[in-house]
Amino acid sequence: MTRSPLRGWAAPPRPVWEEEPRKAGLAAKGIVLTGACLAVLFPLWIVIVTSLSSRRAITEAGGLVVIPKDLTLVAYEELLSGGQVQRAALVSVGVTVVGTLFSMAVSVLCAYGLSRPGSTGHRWVLMTLLATMFFGAGLIPTYLLVQALGLTDTYLALILPSAVSVFNILVLRAFFMNISQELIDSARIDGAGDFRILWRIVMPLSRAVLAVIALFYAVGYWSAWFNASIYLTDQDMMPLQNVMIQIVQKQEPPTGLGQMIRTNQLSPLAVQMAVMVLALVPVAVASPFVQRHFKKGMLTGAVKG
Amino acid sequence: MPTRKERTVSPATTKPDTRPTRDGAAREGAPSRGPGPAPRKARLRVRLRRDRALLLMTLPALLLVLVFHYVPVLGNVVAFQDYDPYLGENGFTAMLESPWTGLANFERIFSDSAFWQAVENTLVLFLLQLVLFFPVPIVLALLINSVVRPRVRAVAQAVLYLPHFFSWVLVVTVFQQIFGGAGIIAQTLRERGIEGFDLMTDPGIFKFLVTAEGVWKDAGWGIIVFLAALSAVSQDLYEAAAMDGAGRWRRMWHVTLPALRPVIALLLVLRVGDALTVGFEQLLLQRDAVGPDAAEVLDTYVWWNGIRNQDFGYAAAAGLVKGVVGLGLVLAANKAAHLMGEQGVYKK
Repeated sequence: MTRSPLRGWAAPPRPVWEEEPRKAGLAAKGIVLTGACLAVLFPLWIVIVTSLSSRRAITEAGGLVVIPKDLTLVAYEELLSGGQVQRAALVSVGVTVVGTLFSMAVSVLCAYGLSRPGSTGHRWVLMTLLATMFFGAGLIPTYLLVQALGLTDTYLALILPSAVSVFNILVLRAFFMNISQELIDSARIDGAGDFRILWRIVMPLSRAVLAVIALFYAVGYWSAWFNASIYLTDQDMMPLQNVMIQIVQKQEPPTGLGQMIRTNQLSPLAVQMAVMVLALVPVAVASPFVQRHFKKGMLTGAVKG
Repeated sequence: MPTRKERTVSPATTKPDTRPTRDGAAREGAPSRGPGPAPRKARLRVRLRRDRALLLMTLPALLLVLVFHYVPVLGNVVAFQDYDPYLGENGFTAMLESPWTGLANFERIFSDSAFWQAVENTLVLFLLQLVLFFPVPIVLALLINSVVRPRVRAVAQAVLYLPHFFSWVLVVTVFQQIFGGAGIIAQTLRERGIEGFDLMTDPGIFKFLVTAEGVWKDAGWGIIVFLAALSAVSQDLYEAAAMDGAGRWRRMWHVTLPALRPVIALLLVLRVGDALTVGFEQLLLQRDAVGPDAAEVLDTYVWWNGIRNQDFGYAAAAGLVKGVVGLGLVLAANKAAHLMGEQGVYKK
């Protein structure tokens, strides 16, 4: 038999005891799933198409564009040719990269430190971390602390207060604990210390979960706007999400482009949608790559605790 | 170098043993006549020395948590003060200088109708989410689980997970583009001569809108846990049920749903424990559009009074009330889970 080009799309053989699905059931299932997927994709489609549309196409459509026509990159060119949005995007990328590296370093070290059975004091440290999942310190005291530490108006205020997620540490720890002890023992006999074991043995074996946790941290930093809104006063330091609030929610044109919009060279709507696309592209691109590892990561974290 | 090597290797190799005491006691020259006070002290020192690398590793995370989680808890003392940031050079000295007012802030809170409005909004939103949001991932997970084609499953999952990774700013804006006054629906209606369609600023349906945003963003993501639980169900159970004559629906009722029971209980507990925290960022973004009467919840109330109006003591007191009640809810919900025979958040 030749291999079907539809491998993966075709149904695998059913167990003998399972009845054939009914046509109506199949159809209903298909409709619900397609509907759910469309509910996610359709809004994104509108946003992307409108951001790519020319001013004329947007005027003809009377607002948002559904059917692509007369596509142009002018909104992106203007946004990324220097100015507020480009700077904000760079800030966001910088905070995300630095923050994710820092969070990963701290979390992986801590998770490994807590993952060796019977090590001194690990129970105490674990309880200290776990307890924070039950109570929050409150917004006002945290704000006052960040102020007292002199972090306001620094990028550190966007990274340090949210750098460690106890949940992520627990997921990593659960994973590290599953690595076979014999492997670690044999490395130790060969003279490796804990740092070397972590770097040379544990981390290479945990690439999947490391990727998932790194994505969680990165998405957290990329999506954050609240810390910036309360800890930063300098408009030039604002990350992309905050600039997006200003441009899309408050309908203010990005600084520098107001002139082009007033003189009708640029559609304000296309600019707004282009900012949104800039904000969503990185996560939309990154998440499918780690998707197949989500289940494992979430399960070890949520259920085993 | 043989001696050095020996020194580093021998305590390390005993590590997985989890009984370093033997090694430690022997080292200090204590004979094996049971645990006396002196060897125990030595034991701890030896164990600390042995595990110093591991302890060093946990230190950065521990420090960050202590500074940014535990220190602010102490900062809640401003709830009992008439805190004035200008009384000191920084937040800490200002805290020392600020006058104590006892429970005055709390009395003010409990006599403020806006606070009770926020409490009401919080609880209504929580109940709405419990009824309209909570079952959606379960149903979707059952649906996806019943799809046998692997490629279809993978695509559906990838699409449904996606919105979880979008920021709230993006989600709220997307909803504005669909349901807002300048959105695609209003635009289509206007072409047909119907004016004034704007769901985003309508206080009457605002809470449903907020719930819908939550479903759009996170229902797909919620599937994961249920799918994981479903994939752990033994196929033998289904086969045995089928042998006994159970049809598709009976198998779902008697095999699939019982398998989900612990996960559902766990998530319900987490949800109830988190009842007072309903979509802070999401509501803050939309607070101005619909007004505080409909959109104010406890978290935004604290933000408004503290950060915006600089009434730190008062807002901290409101936050403290929320925190204490929230902690009580978590513990109570967990207790309830234990009573129902489920595991809950932590083991007993």
